[in-house]
Amino acid sequence: MSAAGEVRRTHEGSRGAGLALYDVTVRHHGPYGPITAVDGVSLEVAPGGTVGLVGESGSGKSTLARAIVGLDRPSGGRITVGGREYPARRAAERRRWGRQVQLVFQDPDTALDPRMTVRQSLAEAAGAFTRLDRRGRERRIAQLLELVGLDAGCAGRLPGQLSGGQRQRVAVARALAVDPAVLVADEVTSALDGSVRAALLGMLRDLQRRMGFAMLFISHDLAAVRRVSDTVAVMYLGRIVETVPADALPDGTRHPYTRTLLSAVPSLHGGRRPAGEPLPLSGEAPDPASPPTGCRFHPRCPVGPSRRPGRDVCAVQDPWHESARVACHFPYPAGDGADPAYGARPDADGA
Amino acid sequence: MAPSPSSPSSRSLRRPSRGGDGDGGSRPSRPSRSCWATPMGVVVLAMLGSLAVLAVAGPLWWGHAADRPDPSAVLQGPTGRHPLGTDHLGRDLLARLLASTWPSLLPAVAATLLGAAAGITLGALTAVVGGRARRLLGAFVNLLLAFPALLIAMFFAALFGAGARGAVFALAVACAPGFARLTQTLAAGVAGTDFMAAARVLGLRRHRLLLRHVLPHVAEPLLLNVTVAVGSALVALSGLSFLGLGAQSPSYDWGLLLSQGLERVYTEPLPAVAPGIAIVYAGVAFQLLGEVLAKTATRHAAPRHAEGPAPPPAPAGRRPASPDHVLEVEDLRVALPAGDRTIRPVRGVSLALRRGEMVGLVGESGSGKSLTALALADLLPDGARATWNAHWFLGADVGSLTRGERHRQLATGMAMVFQNPASAFNPALRIETQLTEAVRAHHGTPRDQAVEQALVQLRRVALPGERRLLRSRPFQLSGGQRQRVAIAAASMLRPDLVIADEPTTALDVTVQRQIMDLLRRLRRDDATAILFISHDIALVADTCDRVLVMYGGTIVESLPARRLADGARHPYTRMLVASVLDLTAERDGTPPTVEGPPPDAVGTDPGCPFLDRCPQRLDRCAVEGPVPTLLAPGHEVACWRPLPLAAPPGQPETEEAET
Amino acid sequence: MPTLSARFGDLARRHPWAVFCGRRAVRLTVLLLLVVTASFAMIRLVPGDPVRAALGVDAPPDLVAAKRRELGLDRELTAQYWWYLRRLAHGDLGVSLVTGEPVAELIRSRLPATLRLAVLAFACVLTVAIPGGMLAGVLTRGGRRPRTELTLTATTSVVAGVPDFVLAAGLTAGLAVGLRAFPVAGDLGPQSYVLPVLALALAPTAVLLRIVRVETLRVLTADHVRAARAKRLPAATLYLRHVAPNALTASLTIAGSLLPALIAGTVLVEKVFAWPGIGSAMAQSVVAQDYAVVEASVLVLGSAVLVANFLVDLALALLDPRSVIRET
Repeated sequence: MSAAGEVRRTHEGSRGAGLALYDVTVRHHGPYGPITAVDGVSLEVAPGGTVGLVGESGSGKSTLARAIVGLDRPSGGRITVGGREYPARRAAERRRWGRQVQLVFQDPDTALDPRMTVRQSLAEAAGAFTRLDRRGRERRIAQLLELVGLDAGCAGRLPGQLSGGQRQRVAVARALAVDPAVLVADEVTSALDGSVRAALLGMLRDLQRRMGFAMLFISHDLAAVRRVSDTVAVMYLGRIVETVPADALPDGTRHPYTRTLLSAVPSLHGGRRPAGEPLPLSGEAPDPASPPTGCRFHPRCPVGPSRRPGRDVCAVQDPWHESARVACHFPYPAGDGADPAYGARPDADGA
Repeated sequence: MAPSPSSPSSRSLRRPSRGGDGDGGSRPSRPSRSCWATPMGVVVLAMLGSLAVLAVAGPLWWGHAADRPDPSAVLQGPTGRHPLGTDHLGRDLLARLLASTWPSLLPAVAATLLGAAAGITLGALTAVVGGRARRLLGAFVNLLLAFPALLIAMFFAALFGAGARGAVFALAVACAPGFARLTQTLAAGVAGTDFMAAARVLGLRRHRLLLRHVLPHVAEPLLLNVTVAVGSALVALSGLSFLGLGAQSPSYDWGLLLSQGLERVYTEPLPAVAPGIAIVYAGVAFQLLGEVLAKTATRHAAPRHAEGPAPPPAPAGRRPASPDHVLEVEDLRVALPAGDRTIRPVRGVSLALRRGEMVGLVGESGSGKSLTALALADLLPDGARATWNAHWFLGADVGSLTRGERHRQLATGMAMVFQNPASAFNPALRIETQLTEAVRAHHGTPRDQAVEQALVQLRRVALPGERRLLRSRPFQLSGGQRQRVAIAAASMLRPDLVIADEPTTALDVTVQRQIMDLLRRLRRDDATAILFISHDIALVADTCDRVLVMYGGTIVESLPARRLADGARHPYTRMLVASVLDLTAERDGTPPTVEGPPPDAVGTDPGCPFLDRCPQRLDRCAVEGPVPTLLAPGHEVACWRPLPLAAPPGQPETEEAET
Repeated sequence: MPTLSARFGDLARRHPWAVFCGRRAVRLTVLLLLVVTASFAMIRLVPGDPVRAALGVDAPPDLVAAKRRELGLDRELTAQYWWYLRRLAHGDLGVSLVTGEPVAELIRSRLPATLRLAVLAFACVLTVAIPGGMLAGVLTRGGRRPRTELTLTATTSVVAGVPDFVLAAGLTAGLAVGLRAFPVAGDLGPQSYVLPVLALALAPTAVLLRIVRVETLRVLTADHVRAARAKRLPAATLYLRHVAPNALTASLTIAGSLLPALIAGTVLVEKVFAWPGIGSAMAQSVVAQDYAVVEASVLVLGSAVLVANFLVDLALALLDPRSVIRET
């Protein structure tokens, strides 16, 4: 797996073990037949490390998140935590999968049962896999609230009595209550206001340092992903099209789609965007039920066949394969913002 | 369902005395349980109470008289001794009516409970079983629902044989599918929620999921429906008895009495009318009970019209509008009724827009920015009131215009683009109508010409002016396309001002980029002034000329966009700037933020709205609201202690906020 | 299977209408079969001997046996079913156990009267409830006119709680017997329709009016109405073009389910007014235990309900094309 090459790999024991996906595929029943929402995704998150997963709506990020925690059944591929595979066939063990992997949802308004107090929600989570007596449970709840920076007075409140940021903190506390090896954070900041968002990101980083879980941080916000991740994976129409160390953002990215996303991030400081002109992106993501032929990005690509003559190969041949770090026939040279030279040698993969 | 989001403790701490202000202290209404104290609640309780008393006491008290035949008084009309007359055996009809309360109500309750039990079990089963069995059960319930309950009841009553017991079972069968469907729908609604997904990830067993999460959410609406169903069951049972399928002589209920009364309705109406009234009375009692329960469940507080604060006295000499300003407003305030109090989400906003200027209005949720926009566009929700010191639009004093003049002015001078392109279009109408209707209504443009204009505008927003697009309906377009059409629609009348309220929040970043480019082009080509409202300070800094930062219903800082990054002087602005994550910021620095309760919306505190979260407040801040002060040309700050300028980038002074 | 479902998906994308109509037709067929089977099962499932019950306890045994043979009750059940279906295909519904007349003839002479009543009542419900509900919604929007709202809620819940047969009795007592304004019973020309239609239509009107009002209120707060308000369109355009169509699609779905209920409701009302329709025939034969007629009435009423459902679905799909796509 070159996909997460920068990340250390240890496979000892289940505690503090990382997450690995091998060729995971998830299909949905769409209105017009099956839709492949996630198409052969391979990814590795080292213990204590964070991989950021970026993409537009409809790219399959959330479906992947649900598949990792066992809410959606993958139709192909393997998901392992600490080397142990997701027990797709055994119901009892499937239930215990949550011991390893937890998910934090996007919308804090709906992620908590509106009729349960914070204490009840946390108690349910804390007692899910370990038996705790009353005293132990109370201690655990106090500990969890302290962990996410909420005061003990919150325990008796209902979610409706908390602010959005506080609710999201409770949701994080609930996920961490089982002390998981892997935390999947699905757009956890996108429903929050700016100042609250920054604080929550800081908290996640901090918690990870203290507890050592591996994190898959899913977001459409590249700046947030860059902030918390070691490695950034860019997803387009169900596939990962580029994997790059977070340090290398923005200039070290090579896929035109990544560049386009980067150029669209607004900046307070007038922008240290990737050099060169802002990249216009025509149209919107196509229907995942019938992805384009060849490179899936070619109809919208700012340097693709519709803009550059002689790049017809993009419409015919799919540059993607499992171990490619950049799924593109004409990637940008690393560390350079300039337009890839016309007719550059296709160096699509690291093979 | 959810109680008010602001924490009650902090509110009461800060504001001990003034509770329900501004509303003239009209009626004391508590948020919950208050529905029983309303006139309807009292009526319902009285009706149900009388039914209960009659049901229990009826047979004891009148049972004997009801069964005593009197050959001397057969088929009498109403007399002193027999207020409703007598039947063919000379039995007193009033006594029979009162004594049959129990046998009329009991089967209705029994049938409903039986049917509800069967239906809810069936529905819950659908939620629990998997795959094929679920689809089969669902289809089965669907098939049964195709028939009216009355028809099913009649079929089974005929099948089970005439008699009270048969009727009860028939009715139970008839109402079961409805309950099954309701349970299915409710359970499916809960099953799809994120909190259920979270509970499943926690590995909770199925029965625990049902008990802890599904049942509490489903129980309330189910109970409500059982109540209403008792009323309908009563009516249906009477109907079956009336048809001869229910109670059989010598036992009797209201339906049978009605049927017997109807035989002589030509000579004597009362024996038929009285049981009818009894049936209606009981039916309505249960119907109204459902109504009241539903109100209690939703705790719906109807908004009342605001007795807003008296409009501030007009200043002695209103200064005239500056000629190059499209819009100028001073001290705009909005009051909104909420339950039994009045909140003031906007309290003193002043702003001005020049022709062709793009001004950003930034604030977090609850800062009052959207209501400011709606107030400027005269689109406030019902009951809300806007007041101001001065309000000029297109050179006219808005306060002195008649309704018609204001209407015309806004119709052609201002256009809006809303946040959610998915819901801002009428789903039933073609794009063509929605693009052209304004220009046709206000300019009287004929249809062909309006369509031509629409095509031109569509080309401008990079939607090739195809007639096919005009013929499509909103649901056939993607979110980004819809927002472009919205911008095209806004520019159809060449307005002087466009208010764009979070136009890109619901869209992807790449699409956001396209929309912002379109707005900028609109401003450049038509010299349209744009008020751009957003929660994203980086986006505003990136696209606007000037930025107004809003907090707690007031504008705390107003400055040129290019100065935002390092020239902000208000602690809140500085905090917002510091919390921006962009691609240049240090990856490991944790931005200093002070989380706190959002500003209180009641807005009666004299002090600064940012007081609670401010890292450097003064004593003065708690008692006196800061007034906007001009610090530099085009730079105003409302703060008693603005931060010093020239904080080196990356080292904002708000570091002390962390302590 | 994926290839099959993919092919079906492709078909649904290209011809949503064909697939929609196809599905509805299949559903209708299945339901009609269910009705036929139910009506067949009825006479075989009733407790006791229906033939003896109809002919009386003292009927001679050979007459009962002859009758049973005539009804085919002496054969094996599957054979009976096939025989029943074959007869049905020829429009033969058997003969009345009591009068010996052909049931099909009875149905043919009585069905039009029932349908006239139901359709007229349905038309009345729509013409009153839809404009009335919208007007009420517009008048009471945003908590305005709380007193009007209270009166409306109280009145409509009382009216909705009055069962049609009780109302029919009341109307007969008041207007027909008391004031002699209308005929008491039977079909004696246009005047005779007033009371039965009123009795049938009043409660559903109240129910639908409330639903239309709530729907109107919901649409009035929708984003797209705010967007339309921002265009400062004339009030008539705003309400008729932007509010009405959207308030109606949901309301009409409910209204559609009222038509079948009205057809079923005719049974009771017809009995009160001695209306020469299916309902009164059914009510009489239930009392007389003439199961051949009951069976046929159930069959006819059930089928009428299903056909009404089917037509309403098609009409709704024409009004709101999105529902076609949603379903396919």
